[in-house]
Amino acid sequence: MSGVSLEEVRRVAELANLELTPEEEPRMQRDLNAILEHVAQLSELDTANVEPMAQVGDLLGTLSGEAGESLRADAMRPSIDRKAVMAVAPESDGRFFKVPKVIER
Amino acid sequence: MSVLETAGGPAVSLAAAREAARNGTATALAERHYRLVAELDGESGLGINSFLALSRERALAQAARVDALLAKGEDAGPLAGVPVAVKDVFAMKGAPATAGSKILRGWMPPYDATAVAKLEAAGAVILGKLNCDEFAMGSSNENSAYGAVRNPRALDRVPGGSSGGSAAALAAGFAAATLGTDTGGSIRQPAAFCGVVGVLPTYGRVSRFGLIAFASSLDRVGPFTANVADAATLLGVLAGKDPLDATSADRPVDDYTAALAKPVDGFRIGVPEEYFGEGLDPEIRAAVESAIAGLQARGCEIVPISLPHNRYAIPTYYVLATAEASSNLSRFDGVRFGPRSQDANTLSAMFRKTREEGFGPEVKRRILLGTYALSAGYYDAYYRKAQQVRTLVARDFLDAFAKVDAIVGPMTPTPPFKLGEKVDDPVAMYLADIYSVAASLAGICGMSVPCGTTKDGLPIGVQIMARHFDESTMLRVGLAIETNVAEAQTK
Repeated sequence: MSGVSLEEVRRVAELANLELTPEEEPRMQRDLNAILEHVAQLSELDTANVEPMAQVGDLLGTLSGEAGESLRADAMRPSIDRKAVMAVAPESDGRFFKVPKVIER
Repeated sequence: MSVLETAGGPAVSLAAAREAARNGTATALAERHYRLVAELDGESGLGINSFLALSRERALAQAARVDALLAKGEDAGPLAGVPVAVKDVFAMKGAPATAGSKILRGWMPPYDATAVAKLEAAGAVILGKLNCDEFAMGSSNENSAYGAVRNPRALDRVPGGSSGGSAAALAAGFAAATLGTDTGGSIRQPAAFCGVVGVLPTYGRVSRFGLIAFASSLDRVGPFTANVADAATLLGVLAGKDPLDATSADRPVDDYTAALAKPVDGFRIGVPEEYFGEGLDPEIRAAVESAIAGLQARGCEIVPISLPHNRYAIPTYYVLATAEASSNLSRFDGVRFGPRSQDANTLSAMFRKTREEGFGPEVKRRILLGTYALSAGYYDAYYRKAQQVRTLVARDFLDAFAKVDAIVGPMTPTPPFKLGEKVDDPVAMYLADIYSVAASLAGICGMSVPCGTTKDGLPIGVQIMARHFDESTMLRVGLAIETNVAEAQTK
């Protein structure tokens, strides 16, 4: 593996909505490459016929059925009071979260 | 007198706390613990820095409720008046929840985590919120935006992480039980480092509702306690199906305290050869081997086993946990919680600048790694590959548990290391979790029990793992080891 370039670090940061400082970029590149070098040992294993495990339930065969028979009843119940949520938001008009302008016109 | 000089170890048992509440009042006990924290936790005391916030008003209201019940001679619950504290990743009304991050500074959650509600329903008095690595990412508690935590057993050492504040507060006697979370070792490793009991319940055993998520297929909630019997009590309080957490398991909860009365003779105890290889500190090896010999003396059969994929557990974990984290942490964007960057006039710049200013270096590192592993062209090579290796790591345990009832080995490869020792080397820091991560991937239960100290007096923990939902067996083995260690010390 050739390693992660500075350009890739910037691209991944953009995908993750992170804005790295010029000092952070080379440090992150160094660290990512060190970690990925460690991760590369996974390629020693032949996993061609191994099922991926996304959840512990995959292993135990206890995941809920496709028909959703283990889902809770679809009934109305109280949720958190909107006022309480808006009161601790960074910016709100009391009903909605306010954010900077998205569309110029 | 320093709390560190109290006889018999500074951690407070539930029995002692309950008795103190009954003989005096829960209110007076809470006040006494607040004084202890005020005297010792800050820089003017021992500089342990375990508390991030005190929930005084709520705690004293709860203590008054407990006192009223006790005065009437009514049952106030198994934790009546017991002072406890929770890692700062749980939502709790009346106290800020930061997850150790600047990005949530000052945020007051408008609801309670289920674990918090259950503690109070059992009579516990929650003193406050405990320091941790930012978003539970770390093995030393040095990644907290609010300063490192010191190990009460050796103040120049780390308490472990990420639930370092939870382990330290318990070990210092600030609370008689604390809650932590464990994604790759974050309860068990700090428990070992601070010389207390820490339990990782089976995935699904304890509700995670109200927990600030790190890696959802791995995150678990569990207790720190002064002894194994207390861990059984806490687990009994916390365990069970929660309609608010779809991943909580709808399975009966054992009577863990009753289970502890049963002996361990006849248990088959697996000892994995991979846990005793290169890199294991010789003093830890000797203490753990002595704990295993003690189980044999109590009639357990010791069975050498192999967990051949253990060496792949760390790289597997760091791909999966970071991938899940990169998704979970996308919600922190300055819209709904915490501070927002004032330095942006478009929405996308606001997202980026809020995250740049709010996240610390380890969190950024993990978000980048996780985003990379999930990105087009790398998904199969990293993310899917790691999910497949997770299956192999987990199958190792299923194979082992066909032959043995519990697995016993070292909890950590080294004693607690010095503050600052590993901060510049992420891979070295990740390897501190070499014995804890596999159980996390497999979803089985595990715990750390103190089993002695090094020549320098640093705590050593032994790890016990058992089948999914077989916490009873794990706790019984833990109690046998704890009893043996106590007997050896009084000889």
